[in-house]
Amino acid sequence: MKFADFFCFEAIIAELQATDRDGVIEELVTSLDKAKRLKRGRRDEIIKAVITRENEASTGMGKGIALPHVKHTGVKDVVATMGQSSIGIDFSALDKQPVFSVILLIAPADAPDKHLQAMETIFRYLQRERFRKFLRQAQTPEQIEDLLREADENPSLL
Amino acid sequence: MQTGDDTLEKVVRQATVEIRNAEGLHMRPAMQFVDVANQFNCDITVSNSENMVDGKSIMQMSMLAATCGTRLQIKAEGQDAEKAIDALRELVEEKMFDEPPPKQSKR
Repeated sequence: MKFADFFCFEAIIAELQATDRDGVIEELVTSLDKAKRLKRGRRDEIIKAVITRENEASTGMGKGIALPHVKHTGVKDVVATMGQSSIGIDFSALDKQPVFSVILLIAPADAPDKHLQAMETIFRYLQRERFRKFLRQAQTPEQIEDLLREADENPSLL
Repeated sequence: MQTGDDTLEKVVRQATVEIRNAEGLHMRPAMQFVDVANQFNCDITVSNSENMVDGKSIMQMSMLAATCGTRLQIKAEGQDAEKAIDALRELVEEKMFDEPPPKQSKR
């Protein structure tokens, strides 16, 4: 799967306003809602579901990355977006370090395989130090979009 | 690198396991896998047909995106390799990450 197949570039937030975990989740879900990628009127439910999932086990996987996610009937297809924080967010990450890049992934309830494929794409790049560095340097949503599209076109360069 | 050198008596154990829970190796199961793998000193690698990854890294394990029915090769190298393989096989195939298998006849 490519980023362009599931990533909502329009909803990317280059500098998150929220300074805590739940606020960041709300901000990102709201951004997807504004981009019309959620079914109507499901925003609040989805925010709650993502936070509930996050409370079960942190998706802060270390190296400044968190990947809050949930399977939910409020989306038709797998959709993701991301936001970055220059101050760092406490996500109770595995390495106990603050999180600077938050990727939100929402998958329909009945498509576990697609959910996994989207995860695969995200982690294939996130585990590369170069990619994470480029991501942290990106200042605008357009620069983040360019980086993800570059990953789609020239995976070996990143 | 082949393990032809017997002087160090390196223990290498391998097993093929099948993902049996319906949701596959998503993040929570991947974390369980990594937790178990990290209880052992041996090096653990896991591969599917495309990638070989570090079985102790959550990011790399998530990258495998192993769906239900996928077979993974686990390789452990080190003194406690046998115990590690046993524990991981139990987690994946018997405990199925404490998750249900696919529903048989849904329609």
